[in-house]
Amino acid sequence: MKRLLKGGHVVDPTQGIDGASDVLLDGDRVVAVGRDLAVDSGVEVIEIPDGLIVCPGFVDMHVHLRDPGQEHKETIASGTAAAAAGGFTAVACMPNTQPVNDSAAVTRSIVERAALLGVVRVYPIGAVSKGMKGESLSEIADLKGAGCVAVSDDGRPVASALLMRRALEYAGMFGIPVIDHCEEPTLKGEGVAHEGFVASMLGLRGIPAAAESIMVERDLALAEMTGTPVHLAHLSTRQSLRAMDAAKSRGLKATCEVTPHHFTLTDERLTGPTSYDTNLKMNPPLRERADVDAVLQGLRAGTVDVIATDHAPHQQDEKAVEFDRAPFGIIGLETAVPLALDRLVHRGVITFRRLVQLMSVNPSRILNLPGGSLRPGRLADVTIIAPSAAIVIDVTRSKSLSRNSPFDGWTLRGAVAATIVGGRTVFVNGEIAGLAALRAAGERG
Amino acid sequence: MSPETTPTTTGAPQADDSPIPTSRLRRKDLVGIAELTAEEISLILDTAVAMKEISSRPIKKVPALRGKTVVNLFFEASTRTRTSFEIAEKRLSADTLNIAASTSSVVKGETLADTVHNIEAMSPDLLVVRHSSSGACHFLSRICRAGVINAGDGMHEHPTQALLDAFTIRERKQRIAGLKVAICGDLLHSRVLRSNVLLLTKMGADVWLCGPPTLMPVGFERTGAHMTSSIDEAVEGADAVMMLRIQLERMLGGFFPTLREYFNVFGMTPERVRRAKPDVLVMHPGPMNRGVEISSELADGPSSVILDQVANGVAVRMAILYLLAGGAEHEAAA
Amino acid sequence: MPVVMDADRMARSLARIAHEIVERNRGVDRLALVGVRTRGVPIAVRLAAQLKEITGQDVPVGALDITLYRDDLMHHAVGPQPLVRSTEIPFSIDDRVILLVDDVLYTGRTVRAALDELIDFGRPRAIQLVVIVDRGHRELPIKADYVGKNLPTSHAESVSVRLAETDGCDEVVIEKTSGEDEA
Ligand SMILES: [Zn+2]
Repeated sequence: MKRLLKGGHVVDPTQGIDGASDVLLDGDRVVAVGRDLAVDSGVEVIEIPDGLIVCPGFVDMHVHLRDPGQEHKETIASGTAAAAAGGFTAVACMPNTQPVNDSAAVTRSIVERAALLGVVRVYPIGAVSKGMKGESLSEIADLKGAGCVAVSDDGRPVASALLMRRALEYAGMFGIPVIDHCEEPTLKGEGVAHEGFVASMLGLRGIPAAAESIMVERDLALAEMTGTPVHLAHLSTRQSLRAMDAAKSRGLKATCEVTPHHFTLTDERLTGPTSYDTNLKMNPPLRERADVDAVLQGLRAGTVDVIATDHAPHQQDEKAVEFDRAPFGIIGLETAVPLALDRLVHRGVITFRRLVQLMSVNPSRILNLPGGSLRPGRLADVTIIAPSAAIVIDVTRSKSLSRNSPFDGWTLRGAVAATIVGGRTVFVNGEIAGLAALRAAGERG
Repeated sequence: MSPETTPTTTGAPQADDSPIPTSRLRRKDLVGIAELTAEEISLILDTAVAMKEISSRPIKKVPALRGKTVVNLFFEASTRTRTSFEIAEKRLSADTLNIAASTSSVVKGETLADTVHNIEAMSPDLLVVRHSSSGACHFLSRICRAGVINAGDGMHEHPTQALLDAFTIRERKQRIAGLKVAICGDLLHSRVLRSNVLLLTKMGADVWLCGPPTLMPVGFERTGAHMTSSIDEAVEGADAVMMLRIQLERMLGGFFPTLREYFNVFGMTPERVRRAKPDVLVMHPGPMNRGVEISSELADGPSSVILDQVANGVAVRMAILYLLAGGAEHEAAA
Repeated sequence: MPVVMDADRMARSLARIAHEIVERNRGVDRLALVGVRTRGVPIAVRLAAQLKEITGQDVPVGALDITLYRDDLMHHAVGPQPLVRSTEIPFSIDDRVILLVDDVLYTGRTVRAALDELIDFGRPRAIQLVVIVDRGHRELPIKADYVGKNLPTSHAESVSVRLAETDGCDEVVIEKTSGEDEA
């Protein structure tokens, strides 16, 4: 079955396309991209309304699907539905499930369940160490064989420098990256908020910026030593970004990501009407203005490779407790694109083309995924964006099983119009006009 | 002004001129000094002056809060603060109920919200809450119909302590603005410190904070307070010197090597206080560690107003209970 | 806004009341004045001066703030709490005759509150009530012992006693109002 996405504005940095173009899909592949493609008989033509942008499918390389083990927070089905609604055609899921994804058996079960229940593609990330205990390496070859695209102990740092060295060397042999959650555990201590004036006044135990940047510097030194790729998750401080920038200028194979909440919110949010809101508690914590500015500068200048959500669902009653007892993390799949458009593109921090690199091209490249491009022959994974549509975030309408977002009620400019995975329409935004044909196509499958 | 300080047997008690005076404390809760304006702080202190007189009467009880129920909900043991609140409540004729809630109910699966909703089913008018988590009172003030008075939340605030400290200073010095107040000790973990810094800077005092750098909260200069690790610099010319409790756990946590060394470097002694003004007030929120943050000689000396602080605590808490009791039911959204 | 009592009338009333007090109590031994805040206090101070002129003796003066004893304290609708001011009775009231002084006697509720409060200070031998104006409409069985002027009024009127100390001049005026309660 051939489908022609006709008349949209296509942005695909991998082909240098940024303009009016058609995209021809055949089954689960892209077969042609170009202006005014000829329409054979039997091609279903789907007109893309003016003003919408057609991009290679977005990939969120940092998601906690909670499945298996904590299905009350999220499942593969609900998490991938949220991903589709958020414009993501693929997600990489972190291994801190119950049981931990540190074996091929767990990986295979995730892959199988995702094939059955997943709305978008799911790429598991295996644990660096057995049980994520930070003691001995998990069977990384086996994990890769079963479908893992990276290894990480995310949620925890790889505390031992020796283990991190071994992980980099060993995973490097299979060409998969080690993703580290950079945090020096003794400095982080019992911290629950960024160490600074705000936490001091609120009497919250601080997590100093150095707790992150020390590990960033360590990981970069180890990556330099081993010559293997390292990916640093959710960087949040100016010191971390400065270290990353320096590492890149000396040619290291290191990449990094930032989250929408870290480029949008500062710790000042913890005061005033939302003081002690546990939906503002995440790890790394919201930092201060100078850090957010550095994150924005990193996005602008190219230091940052990826925008990833660190989607971390928790149930309402788990969050409706004292701040220091609440779990870390917020959901992010459905707010990432609107925040990126509103805060980055519309404010002139980055171009739309750069956004596609940050959310599609680069994460695909880092994890060696088949997506991230609309070149003929590649996967028919497409994200269609309505960059100017104003939306109001309403967590009660989230596809996620959890509601822990600090952005509830926010009005943002920029929305996901539709999400296509393997040629199938998996999400169409009911609030965007002119998408009836796409919706109908989605219903036909 | 209390009878003791103005024994004007034949003279005129002060007349005043506001025709229908009402208070301006239009809030349901007292969660912190951070939320109060200087005007509201003055109102509480002024009201406390009137309340203090009640404690000198033969019958130390007024009918103001008859029919009101106040629950003292303490998740953290505190005989001192709980007793002070209880006396204040009884002097205002409120019905009081003490609940020593352990956080172990939380371990059993009951959350703080569950615990408080159970208590609210008994229709209290005010909840006086002490909790080990910073922000617990903010959280409760959002979910409770009753007014919430913060009796100390984690390392965040202890607003009634700061108000009674301010009352004590004002009673002795007739003002707060322009006074140099030095606060010394464990600045990092102290809720008393946070409330005091907020209050004293709002009221125009010159606040000096002193302690080892390991016990200084990051970024606190932004409050307008001066930070120093030199006790001599902090005490120099001070009108009031306030010591904060040093807990043994801090030594074990590696914030300083030994209590002995702490006392040698930061302990307040009569010699050190000699740098302050001759009429300096020596204050401590209690309970004191004699020989750690303060020498016994100083604590029991003529400059000490530590027992005044305790007495004034009742008056200040009466004022707060009175000012909040009126609005609790009607102004849930305020 | 009819002025029903001017400065001169008021001074004469107070002088008369002072004489009545001395006469009825056969002097001022064991007497004390307690003014009800706000305007009862300056009136009590003036009476003390009058009594000193007549007898050469000092009569102690106290001030009573009845706010915490008001029977409507926790009944008022939405709104801030009435401001509390200090009660100052710097003498023992035990076995004294207390002259309770207020500006206007109306429903009697203020006096009820004042009596309750006074009793918490001890056991006076007697309490006598002094008012500048008695405007009637009692809601409690209370009666003044010394009255400056009886002034029949309607509920729709309000009576204001103004004093130099608090209002800049001495006068009593009647105003039509929406009927705000002056207990
Ligand atoms: Zn992480």
